Amino acid sequence: MAYFIQLVFAGIAVGCIYALIGLGFSIIYKASGVINFAQGELLLVGVYIISAGVFEWHLGFFLALLLAIVVTVAIALLFERFVLTRMIGRPVFSILMITIGLDIVLRTSVSVRWGSNPRPPGTPFEITSGYNVGGVHFATSDIWTILVTVLLCIALYYFFRATKYGLAMRATALDQEAALAMGINIRTVYALAWGISAAVATIGGIFLASKSVAIDPTLGSTALLAFPAIILGGIDSVSGAVLGGIIIGLAEVLTAGYESHFANLLGAGFHEITPYLIMILVLLIRPYGFFGTRKVERV
Amino acid sequence: MSTSSPTATNFPSSRVGAEPPRLLGKPSHWITLCIVLAAIIAFFLVASEDWLTIINYTLIDAIAVLSLNVLSGYTGQISLGITFFMAIGAYTAALLGGDPPTSPGDPLGLGLSMFIWLPAAGIVAALAGALIGPTALRLKGFYLGIVTLSLVFIGHYLFTNAGSLTGGPQGRTFPVPTFGNFSFAQQNNVLNFALTPGQQYFLLILPILALSALFVGNVMRSRAGRAFQAVRDNEEGAAIMGVNLFEAKMGAFILSSFLAGIAGALLASFSRYIVPGYWDLTLAIQFVAAIIVGGLASVWGSILGAAFVFALPRLIDQFSLLPPSTSSNSLSSGDLNAIIYGLLILAFLLFEPGGVLALVRRGQSLTRKFHTHGGEGGEPAEVTDLSTPESGG
Repeated sequence: MAYFIQLVFAGIAVGCIYALIGLGFSIIYKASGVINFAQGELLLVGVYIISAGVFEWHLGFFLALLLAIVVTVAIALLFERFVLTRMIGRPVFSILMITIGLDIVLRTSVSVRWGSNPRPPGTPFEITSGYNVGGVHFATSDIWTILVTVLLCIALYYFFRATKYGLAMRATALDQEAALAMGINIRTVYALAWGISAAVATIGGIFLASKSVAIDPTLGSTALLAFPAIILGGIDSVSGAVLGGIIIGLAEVLTAGYESHFANLLGAGFHEITPYLIMILVLLIRPYGFFGTRKVERV
Repeated sequence: MSTSSPTATNFPSSRVGAEPPRLLGKPSHWITLCIVLAAIIAFFLVASEDWLTIINYTLIDAIAVLSLNVLSGYTGQISLGITFFMAIGAYTAALLGGDPPTSPGDPLGLGLSMFIWLPAAGIVAALAGALIGPTALRLKGFYLGIVTLSLVFIGHYLFTNAGSLTGGPQGRTFPVPTFGNFSFAQQNNVLNFALTPGQQYFLLILPILALSALFVGNVMRSRAGRAFQAVRDNEEGAAIMGVNLFEAKMGAFILSSFLAGIAGALLASFSRYIVPGYWDLTLAIQFVAAIIVGGLASVWGSILGAAFVFALPRLIDQFSLLPPSTSSNSLSSGDLNAIIYGLLILAFLLFEPGGVLALVRRGQSLTRKFHTHGGEGGEPAEVTDLSTPESGG
């Protein structure tokens, strides 16, 4: 039982990381209808800047975090302003590919600047610290992951519900033309969406990095696991991304914890594909996810 | 997409006195074709084995790019999972054509002829496409992209665990085309002419690419091909016009998977040894990049795209003085390649959505305009032909 609780706790913590990355995806998608494949590499850039800030430039963690957020938000805003605005009206396929282009450029830049050797992540937590309650180990980093995710969700909820800009973003997501007619500045809305996503990705990155002893340029590919999460919730649902993230995290960690009992049947690495299998199953039943908007088409 | 819009040359019968469509295009194209053939023969005779290796890989990649173009370029269905179908083709080839196991740990192989394993690779991949198609094609846009992406990961898990077929994480060897004593693995004498392995593969791969290109080009001018393109341009519109959406998408999916299977089998056979990790997302994305850089919905675009995305990095690896990879923070040729390739994607999408092909055509039309205005040899017929250069073919 303690093992199960341990796994559930760890699963929720992992799920919160997916939720943070997924939040970024769905905020951008909702505002501008773009899936940003470079989300994982924004996270990677953030994590590397924090690491460099702590170990190379000796800034201290929080200053490094601030710097990382400033840089990733700047990259996202520049990309949105100078690249994506030129892509309006192009096929989905091209828009998807151009974010992959950014993804490649960012990943390579990181590996050119810092090399592909593993390096220590800059985190405020000791990897071993935590509390033992009844045989269950609650790692400090996991507790903080869950806490910060909850706080961020509340903050974002407040932002979307109760502020002028949040309202503008929701209006734009609902109907872009009507929002324009109401005098909402769409460019500000896009910029906000990209900025928030980049900042949230960097914060998710800290927790992702704090789960391992060393980071390397492949870290960004973890963001691919946030895809099943957002699909599960429905790409255009922000709260769906959070719920999807937690389901995916739980499923992955629980399978990883119990798959050794079925090693003959499942082979190695089954937990790596459970998120995708769950996603495909859900899509078979609900092609637009749990909370996604169903497009009605009649011919 | 203007390159594939229906134009006068595509409906020649609708014009008075127009020629009926030909399988190989107009006679004026035959001259170009002869020049290209002569260049190919010259290259074949003088090229070193290194060059042949680069070209052979690129030709195989071109088949795979073509297959992706059928699905994504012509039919508009995003796929990030092309490598899954290539891998299915490769492992079918390995199972049917591989050497029978000599010790218990060896992966399976039946030792059959290439005339069985090569078509079988395509057919099994097409079957896999037909099985997965109905699920995948219920989805649209990004959803489809992400589901096909997950195929790559599921495939990796399956291939890593199916050790008896794939050799597990360590990988396995793949069959070399062999006819009796005549094996592509060694140098052979044909009519007193010594053929190196690279030249033999070249003679096998080039006709397969040419046939696939001809086939795809002509299918896209047929009823089925027009249905594919109608689905891409406007699904509801296509359905209203009587296109069966499911049939059109499945047709594209199966044709694409078939070609991908063939390409996978050839790729595996030519590289001789492949680990399951080879068929990863990075490779799949390179194929997507190739159709964009080359030109969406175009046969020549596919080939040009393969040349840019796959031959260029190999040339840089071969001829630049940078180390292939470094662990320190200095530039390696792998990094250089990745940067060039990322920037190529960004640049083409931003400034030339039609890809290299559009650049080439613009160049052509510029020179022709120059000729028509500057010299007296310009015929009006040539000018009207500019906007319709063999669309889809």
